[in-house]
Amino acid sequence: MARITMRQAITDALREEMLRDENVFIMGEEVGVWGGTYAVTRGFYDEFGPQRVKDTPIAEMVIGGAAVGAAMNGLRPVAEFMTINFAFLALDAIVNHAAKVHYMFGGQFKCPVVFRAPGGGGRQLGATHSHTPDVIFAHFPGLKVVSPATPYDAKGLLKSAIRSDDPVLFIEHATLYQVRGEVPEEEYLIPIGVSDVKRTGSDVTIVAYAQGLQVALEATNELAKEGIEAEVVDLRSLRPLDMGPAITSFKKTFKAVIVEEGYRSFGIGAEVAARLQEEAFDYMDAPIKRVAQMEVPLPYSRELEQSALINKDRVIAAVKEIL
Amino acid sequence: MEKATLLDWYRQMVQIRRFEQKCAELYQLGKIGGFLHLYIGQEAVAVGSIAARQENDHIITAYRDHGHALAVGADMRRVMAEMLGKVTGVSKGKGGSMHLADVNKRFWGGYAIVGGHLPLAAGIALAEQYKGTDAAVLCYFGDGATNIGYFHESLNLAGVWKLPVLWICENNQYGMGTAVDRASAVPRIIDKATAYGMKGKQVNGMDVVEVYQATQKALKAIRSGKGPQFLEMITYRYEGHSMGDPLRYRTKDEVEKWRADDPIGILERRLLQEHNATQDELEAIDQAVEQEIAEAVKFAEESPLPSPEELFTDIYVEA
Ligand SMILES: Cc1ncc(C[n+]2csc(CCOP(=O)(O)OP(=O)(O)O)c2C)c(N)n1
Ligand SMILES: [Mg+2]
Repeated sequence: MARITMRQAITDALREEMLRDENVFIMGEEVGVWGGTYAVTRGFYDEFGPQRVKDTPIAEMVIGGAAVGAAMNGLRPVAEFMTINFAFLALDAIVNHAAKVHYMFGGQFKCPVVFRAPGGGGRQLGATHSHTPDVIFAHFPGLKVVSPATPYDAKGLLKSAIRSDDPVLFIEHATLYQVRGEVPEEEYLIPIGVSDVKRTGSDVTIVAYAQGLQVALEATNELAKEGIEAEVVDLRSLRPLDMGPAITSFKKTFKAVIVEEGYRSFGIGAEVAARLQEEAFDYMDAPIKRVAQMEVPLPYSRELEQSALINKDRVIAAVKEIL
Repeated sequence: MEKATLLDWYRQMVQIRRFEQKCAELYQLGKIGGFLHLYIGQEAVAVGSIAARQENDHIITAYRDHGHALAVGADMRRVMAEMLGKVTGVSKGKGGSMHLADVNKRFWGGYAIVGGHLPLAAGIALAEQYKGTDAAVLCYFGDGATNIGYFHESLNLAGVWKLPVLWICENNQYGMGTAVDRASAVPRIIDKATAYGMKGKQVNGMDVVEVYQATQKALKAIRSGKGPQFLEMITYRYEGHSMGDPLRYRTKDEVEKWRADDPIGILERRLLQEHNATQDELEAIDQAVEQEIAEAVKFAEESPLPSPEELFTDIYVEA
């Protein structure tokens, strides 16, 4: 098995799906001639041509909406938002159109669109370019929201997203593009809406996803040195949210810490904690802890920004508080 | 124009008007809920332009969509059932007045976010271009919608990509209570199209024949590779924006002036004076329409409501 970066895994998934199905095409700002702002589609313009790798104007509302229309009329667009921060301008196209047309017209239309968007903080990009707004999108039934943490998951999930007949928002944490992991040569798919246990342990359950998962795994390595074995559940998809593995794990460890990069208020942690107490109240031995971003717009200055973000020390501290 | 064609358009326009008058009644009785936006006064636009479409052309519009739904030939009984929220409705009772659609007629529906369907039209057109067909998209929207970002992004993209879209602005003089010149920096909507490489043409939207001819010409231009086209249909809505509009923003005189140009009246005069139609002929059509509407109401009233399980169907295609 080759060890490749998450960027490469995403590139490979896109390329394989474009070779498999000629109705799959890419549209977005700088996806073509430039090769993708994060170089995910480098070489695609030359390989597939301008018909299938479409550079758009800087116009998120119509990128979002035109992708919806093309999907309704039989194509499989992969529309890229340069970053998820700009998807706010397309919130209406995503929430009021992509997520609604199937239901609102009584099942007459399908909308097999994929929106790809790099996101996340930690790169000194300032307050407007550092969001992790995943929960905002995950709030709405009708849309599927996926955010992988490893190259293996990224490839398998993106391929499933492209083949799905439903609209999918695929969020790529930009600091994960360089993360390497093993990815098999042969084809595989990972189903949307299935969580995965990334590490087993019996002392505490850590629920995380995307960049939060990498932070959680770093923390568990240190905890293990002190004899604390954490079980780590990777949500992978936020909607549909598969709570199965997290609940099973919680019933074994009786304690949980939830790690996410977004804000704590109204966040993934709040949702997961609520569901754990609803479904496993009798197993709860300690308050469920949440590790999340400080409630501030992210600043530019490096140390200051880092102090607002999650890190392994904060996860370790949260675990120790409830052990 | 052939007399038979004009008679058919007359029938369609009367059908839309009487259907909507019936809807207003049912609304007052509490049988139709939510928002109800009547198309009365604008019938010539939907009927004349949709008559000019080729079979594989697509239709998409905003929430003022009853006229378009009937003009594409959606089953009136199922349209009425949708108004009443019945499971036999075109959208299974989940859409209502604002979200009629008929996938089999290539009618992609009515959309309630002002301007939100313009990029969808661009995308639907993109899919046709991608597949290499000669189909075009007729996309309808109001004058008010030309002030929203969606309009400008969509026209620009259509221009850059030469998408086969016919943009049809139904300028009925107001967006809710705001007159065009109070909301648009240029009073002529077609001047906006110029910015995106389209010449645009103003059309008397009260004359179904003019609408038909202008649409036919524009669609021909699209199919001959001239890129997207733009028509501004000058028209007027006789009723309020939706039910319960206090109508404080316009005078009775103004409405009367436009009523003199009633699209059905204009066509009726043309039929009687230029095509030897008789009053009896037209009355027979009126009666047939009444009958059809009565049957549609009966069908809708007798149809079942959606079952409780319907709440959870069609959220996703895949479970
Ligand atoms: C984005 C958005 N803003 C506001 C509204 C509320 N609204 C509904 S219709 C309307 C007026 C639109 O006018 P116009 O485009 O001229 O269409 P008309 O109603 O005259 O057919 C407004 C403001 C809305 N539905 N969507
Ligand atoms: Mg208007």
